[in-house]
Amino acid sequence: MSSPRVGVLCSLVRPEEKLLFQAFREQGVLFDRIDERTLLLNAYGNTRRQYDVVLERSVSHSRGYYAVRYLQGIGTRVVNTFQTIECCGDKALTTMALSEAGVPIPRSTVAFTPESALQAIEEIGYPVVMKPVVGSWGRLLSKINDRDAAEAVLEHKKVLGNYQHSIFYIQEFVQTNCSDIRAFVIGNECIAAIRRTSQHWVTNTARGGVASNFPVSAELNDICIRAARAVQGDVVAIDLFETQDGYLVNEVNSTMEFRNSIHTTGVNIPGRMVDYVRSILNEEDQTLQHAVGV
Amino acid sequence: MNNTAEAPQQLEAISPISGAKVVFPTDAEVGELIDDPETGDELEIVSLNPPQLAPAPEEEEDWGE
Repeated sequence: MSSPRVGVLCSLVRPEEKLLFQAFREQGVLFDRIDERTLLLNAYGNTRRQYDVVLERSVSHSRGYYAVRYLQGIGTRVVNTFQTIECCGDKALTTMALSEAGVPIPRSTVAFTPESALQAIEEIGYPVVMKPVVGSWGRLLSKINDRDAAEAVLEHKKVLGNYQHSIFYIQEFVQTNCSDIRAFVIGNECIAAIRRTSQHWVTNTARGGVASNFPVSAELNDICIRAARAVQGDVVAIDLFETQDGYLVNEVNSTMEFRNSIHTTGVNIPGRMVDYVRSILNEEDQTLQHAVGV
Repeated sequence: MNNTAEAPQQLEAISPISGAKVVFPTDAEVGELIDDPETGDELEIVSLNPPQLAPAPEEEEDWGE
């Protein structure tokens, strides 16, 4: 029996990973699980790659980031790449990449001191949203409605937070009636999207947002593909605001969660992800055949 | 690197937190989180053969998307 050519990097198994394992098995793709808690990234000696493709599904951004960098360094094709994980894991870097690529985004600023952050907030105008540059599941987001709140949040972040909380990421608050769009991109296609609606301005389904199907239009597909390319993403989830002037890309996620979107959209998202991994394996085979003149 | 084998049916183990018997889902996977039926604490399935549980690691700031 041949060795698996595919690895799945993960430790804890969320519903997403369970669905992916099922999809790999249904499609007859052998895979190994790589638990990053057991990894030693030996930066010496001649380490040969063990897998042709690794799908990164670590619940921990930091562990996934270093493990993927290492795997790429020994010649492994990883979905998503280190470059994508690095960019998507930091909201300031994501914003810069999207802006440089001409993708529409909300007005956003990064400041390094409470004084300059307050200046930026007042230039954008209340209300604004302040986010940690590295953070997830909608944690520690602040909607700041006036100067009193701004001064309080800035002082708290400066005094109580670690150094990363003094990288002040400020974004205009986009009025959307507590809803946003979450779109799923695999390769060159936006395969599905949902609308998330909440009683709260934070709409993450991890925070109680309710999902409904949102048909993928040509316009939505176009902006999502542009956003995915801006971060060099293979498989990414894109959060957008729908405004009267069109879509604005809010965030791009490189280890996407989709448990609430399969039934809602009718799209077999884990199956499509496995299709994508298989397409990379086929490309590797063709490259190898070409190299040896078959 | 570990196995990709399917789980046997109706595995159970003792919770290291409460001592309660915890029945695994039939499609259980190593690394999956399940709740302690008495305390509600999260437990991690650390082995299927033999079935074993450990207290789940605490959520960290960089977890999730």
